[in-house]
Amino acid sequence: MEVGQIQRQWVDCMKSLFIEVSTLLPTIKTLEGFLDAQFLQLKQLQDETNPEFVVEVVSLFFEDSERLLADLTNALDQKAIDFKKVDAHVHQLKGSSSSIGAQRVKNACIAFRSFCEEQNVDACLRCLQQVKQEYFLVKTKLETLLGLEQQIVGAGGSIPMMELSL
Amino acid sequence: MVCEMEHDLMEDMDIEVLPSMWPEDIGTDAGKQFNIEKPGSDQDMLEEVTIVEEPTIVDFKRLMELTNYTDRGSTQLTYFMKYLEYKQANAVRLLREELDNLSKQRQEVELRKLKILEEHRFEDIRYGDDKRPVSILDEVYDIWQDRPRRKNDVVVQNKGIEIDAEYDTVVYWKQRALHLEKLLEASIQREQTLIEKLEESIKNLERQSTPVEELSQILKRADNFLHFILQNAPIVIGHQDKELRYRFIYNHFPRLQEEDIIGRTDVEIFTGSGVRESQDFKREVLEKGLPAKREITFETELFGSKTFLIYVEPVFSKAGETIGINYMGMDVTDQVRKRERMARIREEIAVQKAKETELNKTIHITEETMRAKQMLATMSHEIRSPLSGVVSMAEILSTTKLDKEQRQLLEVMLSSGDLVLQLINDILDLSKVESGAMKLEATKFRPREVVKHVLQTAAASLQKILTLEGHVADDVPIEVIGDVLRIRQILTNLVSNAIKFTHEGKVGINLSVVARPNFGQSEDGQQKISGDKSNVSVSGLSEEKYFSASQNGSSDECRSPVKSERSRNGATEEQPHSTETTVCIRCDVYDTGIGIPEKAIPTLFKRYMQVSADHARKYGGTGLGLAICKQLVELMGGRLTVSSKEHCGSTFTFILPYKVSIACDNSDDPDDKLSDMEKDDAASDDATQGFFQFQPRTLGSLFSSNGSTRASTLRPQKLGLALPHNLNGFSQNSCSLPSNDVTSNGTTSVEDVIRVTTVTDSPEMSESGSSTTHKPGTENETVVSRDKCAQLQNCIACREIGVETKPSKIQQSSETQEKDNRTCQCVTSRSDSTSTVAKPPLEPKILLVEDNNVNVMVARSMMKQLGHSINVVNNGVEAVRAVQRRNYDLILMDVCMPVMNGLEATKLIRSYEETGNWDAATKAGIEPSSSTSDLQNSEPSTKRMPIIAMTANALSESAEECYANGMDSFVSKPVTFQKLKECLAQFVL
Repeated sequence: MEVGQIQRQWVDCMKSLFIEVSTLLPTIKTLEGFLDAQFLQLKQLQDETNPEFVVEVVSLFFEDSERLLADLTNALDQKAIDFKKVDAHVHQLKGSSSSIGAQRVKNACIAFRSFCEEQNVDACLRCLQQVKQEYFLVKTKLETLLGLEQQIVGAGGSIPMMELSL
Repeated sequence: MVCEMEHDLMEDMDIEVLPSMWPEDIGTDAGKQFNIEKPGSDQDMLEEVTIVEEPTIVDFKRLMELTNYTDRGSTQLTYFMKYLEYKQANAVRLLREELDNLSKQRQEVELRKLKILEEHRFEDIRYGDDKRPVSILDEVYDIWQDRPRRKNDVVVQNKGIEIDAEYDTVVYWKQRALHLEKLLEASIQREQTLIEKLEESIKNLERQSTPVEELSQILKRADNFLHFILQNAPIVIGHQDKELRYRFIYNHFPRLQEEDIIGRTDVEIFTGSGVRESQDFKREVLEKGLPAKREITFETELFGSKTFLIYVEPVFSKAGETIGINYMGMDVTDQVRKRERMARIREEIAVQKAKETELNKTIHITEETMRAKQMLATMSHEIRSPLSGVVSMAEILSTTKLDKEQRQLLEVMLSSGDLVLQLINDILDLSKVESGAMKLEATKFRPREVVKHVLQTAAASLQKILTLEGHVADDVPIEVIGDVLRIRQILTNLVSNAIKFTHEGKVGINLSVVARPNFGQSEDGQQKISGDKSNVSVSGLSEEKYFSASQNGSSDECRSPVKSERSRNGATEEQPHSTETTVCIRCDVYDTGIGIPEKAIPTLFKRYMQVSADHARKYGGTGLGLAICKQLVELMGGRLTVSSKEHCGSTFTFILPYKVSIACDNSDDPDDKLSDMEKDDAASDDATQGFFQFQPRTLGSLFSSNGSTRASTLRPQKLGLALPHNLNGFSQNSCSLPSNDVTSNGTTSVEDVIRVTTVTDSPEMSESGSSTTHKPGTENETVVSRDKCAQLQNCIACREIGVETKPSKIQQSSETQEKDNRTCQCVTSRSDSTSTVAKPPLEPKILLVEDNNVNVMVARSMMKQLGHSINVVNNGVEAVRAVQRRNYDLILMDVCMPVMNGLEATKLIRSYEETGNWDAATKAGIEPSSSTSDLQNSEPSTKRMPIIAMTANALSESAEECYANGMDSFVSKPVTFQKLKECLAQFVL
């Protein structure tokens, strides 16, 4: 594939990560993007000395999150649910997601924690579903993005600069 | 027989004569043979009663008059008279009868006597020797004394004389004489009886009382009875004449002497409220001639506050004229009081009941409403989660390989899903605002950035050829405090609405400071400004009411005299002495769209209302957007208004108050003084940029800026205002530096730095920027570099705490960024700077306490780029151990951690710093290793280690908690470059 084309795809992907807009109708309200400015911070951290930084962090995030999600699923599956434990897990997930800027996961976690406090099992299960969903969404997107970046680099191009301030 | 007759008669008379004068028993009693000697049961009572005659005050003359003149009086009297006459007549008749009877008997007796005498004489003539004187009376007396006979027993013997002997013989005559003698004896006897009877009768008559006596006795009894009644009756009885002067009064509780009352009127006797009323009432009765009752409350000096039930009846003369009134009053104060209390209670009960019903109704309605709202909210929420799942999955699906048809279907699906999601979000928002569950946050934000981002976002999704522009007046503070999310929501909403209804021309946002949130005035002001604008505007569209200015024009507008004057006034008015001040910012969102017909404006902000069904079909949307905007604006204490002209465009305006954390004078400096500086300042920074424009052509590149307009916007005083915000209030004195020179000096150095950075950054950026083919790279660079400039300026601002060496230091550090190995350079630059502050040229030792791997990685990387290597531990206990091993120049402490949280760890460390021992930590279960304690002892910590909290939620309460536990500051997560830099600048350098 042509580098330019991949780059365009990358730009589109980036945009879609940040601003979720429906394409046919002008939005009345901006929906939350998958990522927030924190992700740009990560990108800024990546330089020649540390060219794989974003990939590393994101992979770590995936690894952590998947472990946490598994733990959460397990914890909520118990007969006597240890909400403290659940809360701790969610807190972890919230921390890491906010660190990489996955704001929708983060926000889902915030809701999750409030239900955890209420010890509302049903709501917690629903929140887990929501968190998982958001996580897989952002994961898909990020994987696509990082894949495109690798392709660009592999094809000898450079990652386009984007002005995406939020 | 006679007596019986008499009896019956009397009884008849009684009933006839005294039908209703007094109680029946008395009447009959009295009537029955008038016997006072045989008193009834009530008479016994009467006898016991001692009648106090004092209270009775009688004007006897008047009474006589009364009885003479009044109707009733005369009737009574007539009855009495008749009765009396009858009685007398009866007595006379009886006597006469008796007399007649007696005289008749007497005559008979005389006759017989004569006859007998005749016969005797005849005999005597024949038998002269045989004659003997017969004393009749003696004989009679002898006979009658023994046996007094009853009248009925008296038998008049009229038998014929039967003589057996032959007529005219001696025997015959003898027999005859004997017989006659017997007859005579009987006759004398009868006579005697009658005389006796007569005497008895006469005696009886004498013994019997006269009718007058009887009557007076009856009267006396009646009087006694009346007294008895009256004595116990709590009433006042009186009679008043035509002039309402008292003629008679009976008062059981007299307070006044008789002479004080008789002959006077009420008004003359009493004073106080109620007297006049009673007088009037009596007069009324007098005039109408009908008896009436009334309750009158008196408030007199004489007997205080009392309520009387007064019965007044008119008294008529025989001619039917009213000659006065009888009046009876009863003290019913207590009853009235009770009754009133009862009424009040009843009323209260009724009111209470009504209230209760009302309340119940309200509660019911409220409950219903709440339930409905709750249900709506729950439903919306419940729908949202799965729906967002559907939409998200559809989005993922859209990234997979699809053919054209599939993609089209998917797009429709996505757009519909988005619409539903948006509708649900709107409903949720609205119900949140309405139920009061919407909480406003107070965060610092930059209005310019908000405007820029809103426009940028709108531009990104723009499907039309429209120009989007934003103007922010110079006097709008760089940072204000408000709920940025909501404000953004409102702006985004209004802007996308404007875009929706605009097919050509432009959509824009105007921000300016207004004096007061006086909404009425602001309307006028709006008219005025728009008028001015269209005058000033040099573009071809100037004939339109809604200005669409060229860049040149708009810069003029920004500085149009009217506006700047207004702004300046506003700014000066908003100058308080406190450190926190409120500023009102007016925001206009204007467009050159289809406009709103006048008749549709009133319903515009109602939910689910659109201008017309046609519009709804053509443009879509939920009809909730403006309702939400209005609710939000009102929630934040503002008002949303609209002015529009059909086919020309609409302007939505809202004015909201914002807090500005530090009052700074930003209008004192005259512009011309610094105009030179402005001119040569080509590069401006984001913070003060006042104009943004997104041209239709630059759809792909998200942002274009116009340098020429910005030149005017960068003003030193803006920087001055920016300083305190960046410093978080650590050096308030810097903004209040009195001399202009100092400020301008500072600014110059900043300008220098900016220039340097612009230069130094450019090559780097162009490296990546040049490879992008579809964007004008230079513009992007400028933007980026501008951002960097802003950051640097913030740095400068941070450093500029009255230390002159710092700007130069920053300059150095920024210069060093050119070089490849940033870390080294930074370190050297820092060592340079630290040397100037006379600090050991050591790399600052930083400890990160954080349990989250990702966070650790990110923070570590950031620190690395900032030129610091850090030690990392994973919880509070490890942090304490690390501090036991060595001192740190800075500790970044996560608050929420397993094993031991950041707050506790901080407390332990602070306790050590204060006491010099780790007792507290030991108590908490952290055993200090022997080696560490040696170290500590050998190198006692002289200064307080800065500990900075890293909190997941930067709510004020958790911040307070951090401070309370001995932390020096806090950074909200996720950490950013900026935050870390500020932190380092504040605590390490």
